[in-house]
Amino acid sequence: MTGEREGPAARPRLAVLYNPKLRGIFYQLVLLAIMVWLGIEFALNAKTNLQAQKIATGFGFLDNTAGFGVNQSLIAYQESDTYGRVFFVGLLNTLVVSAFGIALATAIGFLVGVARLSNNWLIARLAGVYVEVIRNLPLLFQILFWYLAVLGALPAPRNAISVLDGVFLSNRGIAVPRPLFGEGSGLVLAAFAAGIVVTLMLRFWAQARQEKTGQQFPLGCAAAGLILGLPLLVMIAAGFPIGFELPQLRGFNFVGGVTMIPEFTALLIALSTYTAAFIAEIVRSGIQAVSRGQTEAAYSLGLKPGRTMSMVVIPQAMRVIIPPLTSQYLNLTKNSSLAVGIGYPDLFAVFAGTTLNQTGQAIEILAVTMAVYLVISLITSALMNWYNSRLQLVER
Amino acid sequence: MTGTTQTAYVAPAITAPLPPPIAVGGPVGWVRGNLLNSWSNAIVTIVSLYLIWAVAVPLINFLIIDAVWDGAGRADCLPEKVGHSVGACWPFIGAKFSQLVYGFYPWNLHWRVDLTFALGAVLLVPLMIPRAPLKMLNSILFFGVFPIVAFFLLVGGSFGLEHVETRSWGGLLVTLVVAVTGIVVSLPLGILLALGRRSHMPAVQGMCVIFIEFWRGVPLITVLFFATYMLPLFLPNTWTIDALLRVLVGVALFSAAYMAEVVRGGLQAIPRGQFEAASALGLGYWKTMGLIVLPQALRLVIPGIVNNFIGLFKDTTLVLIVSIFDFLGQMRAAFADPNWSTPVTLYTGFAFCGIVYFVFCFSMSRYSLFVERRLNTSHR
Repeated sequence: MTGEREGPAARPRLAVLYNPKLRGIFYQLVLLAIMVWLGIEFALNAKTNLQAQKIATGFGFLDNTAGFGVNQSLIAYQESDTYGRVFFVGLLNTLVVSAFGIALATAIGFLVGVARLSNNWLIARLAGVYVEVIRNLPLLFQILFWYLAVLGALPAPRNAISVLDGVFLSNRGIAVPRPLFGEGSGLVLAAFAAGIVVTLMLRFWAQARQEKTGQQFPLGCAAAGLILGLPLLVMIAAGFPIGFELPQLRGFNFVGGVTMIPEFTALLIALSTYTAAFIAEIVRSGIQAVSRGQTEAAYSLGLKPGRTMSMVVIPQAMRVIIPPLTSQYLNLTKNSSLAVGIGYPDLFAVFAGTTLNQTGQAIEILAVTMAVYLVISLITSALMNWYNSRLQLVER
Repeated sequence: MTGTTQTAYVAPAITAPLPPPIAVGGPVGWVRGNLLNSWSNAIVTIVSLYLIWAVAVPLINFLIIDAVWDGAGRADCLPEKVGHSVGACWPFIGAKFSQLVYGFYPWNLHWRVDLTFALGAVLLVPLMIPRAPLKMLNSILFFGVFPIVAFFLLVGGSFGLEHVETRSWGGLLVTLVVAVTGIVVSLPLGILLALGRRSHMPAVQGMCVIFIEFWRGVPLITVLFFATYMLPLFLPNTWTIDALLRVLVGVALFSAAYMAEVVRGGLQAIPRGQFEAASALGLGYWKTMGLIVLPQALRLVIPGIVNNFIGLFKDTTLVLIVSIFDFLGQMRAAFADPNWSTPVTLYTGFAFCGIVYFVFCFSMSRYSLFVERRLNTSHR
């Protein structure tokens, strides 16, 4: 509703001053003029300020040598590499921690959300306490807590806590075995892939048969046999080509295996538990939004509680859950930038942090950083919107 | 129905009473029904009890039983002196308390901060009680007059008050200043943006959508960096902007975008008839909005505004990344004090910090729930 609607439509002519259309155009022109003036003013100020402070402009700095080390990198990186490469190192680190965080947060969130509705009074209360405590503490506080108070309190590598003889917890990180792919391991992987493909085909066939004849097929056992059993058989036949390299203590740190740095672990735990508390509330409200009659109808058809949940309630609840879940995923990705508080080398820390400090090119660097987060947001919400539209009720 | 003459069965004697059903009432029945109604539930109950025991016992030990309650330095919190394993070292908090609340605000001027806090509380409490009268005057005082008074009280430099650099502010003071400024500035800005987003003028609508979606799409920390490093470049170099003020600008813009979405939700909930009735009465745009729509819409979104405020309150911790020492930042700085370096200092600090943040946020979220429930009943 805007002002230009006022006045009866039948009146033939209005004075120019009171013509709602002209007024609207006038207001918009004024607004645009102000915006353009502000933009020019900012640009001119920026130009003089940058010249006065002798800061370079443009994206030439991306080819300069960065000269600083990064403590976690998925692609080969050394100090003599360029700022451009630093950008990709940071971006990959952000994506990795977000992806793991989203997966973990979803799992914990669904578990806690369902637990909150359990008919076991105690577990429902416990889940409620978890949600309330986690939601009401700042995320940065939680990240610092995990980093300084929990992971920082682990013993030095020399006295590392060993789990199952292959995983070592120490204040230098968590060392886990690294898989080694020997000769013939290609066959095992091929068997694994074949298992998945055959399972998918089997599922398709079983569904068609069930719709036609009503006969069920033990898909779970067949899938386990195909996906796990088949590669295992091939592995035995090929003489165990896949081995593990165990981390070993040498000097002051572990050598071999894969080490998850404590910054990554702390950030991952804090991000996923924090977001899980919000997801739990979303799941709870989603399940509560499905009317009780649906559950009762399912029971009267003879479905057991587990199947009622998975085949009747959850699919309907998903329609309510998906949109807010999307924004939680986006929040998690954006919150991963708090890594800078503990020194995990994510996009923000290495690019908007260290690179900005070294080059001083605030405008370019912050614009790129913000653009990256915006693009991630847009892609995630586009994907989730697509998924959401598939789930929506198709009405006549 | 035709009567039958043949009697099928006659009970020769009164049947014995059945045994009473398994207790369903009372504490025993409750435990049976809610905790032990199946094997799997019983296992879950036992695991939960173990979890509670495993978390609560060490926590109570740490916070109360093993805690050291008075002392003058690190020596008092060492196990050698105490004689048993040490829990929280509360004298550490006592020694750092002024730093945690006021930062490095001059010692003799603490009364100004106290007065501001008191003034805020006196104005806020009646605003939050639905029954208290004079809501309009109260909100004008809180949202309009209080920030100005607080500004002159805290910054000083006029009315014979000594000037205090914002660099020496810190602790809870900064946390509250950032959060309250954020909410007070973002509310009018958010309302304007929400109105703009629902406007029929394409240029206005487009600009508002871009503004809102941009700020909502980037993390707060990039906004703080934008305000700290980029904003000064865009302004004439004769202006020198205070570091805290830059952060406040960033926080206000950021939370205005979120506030706009909350207000938009309220605007969309107002039925069309209200707009049409206002038009029929001959009210113009601003009168329709100011007198008819916004009073109803804003009342609907009070829980959303409070939730936004909780989020903002938690997000204020991020200012420590741009070297402004809020409550958490001061706590982190306090950890480095060698006079108090004991094995438990870190845990004591985190425990105290956590309790303070929890008390603030939890009470606000309870309040928002209370308002929500109140609104629901009046509409059903």
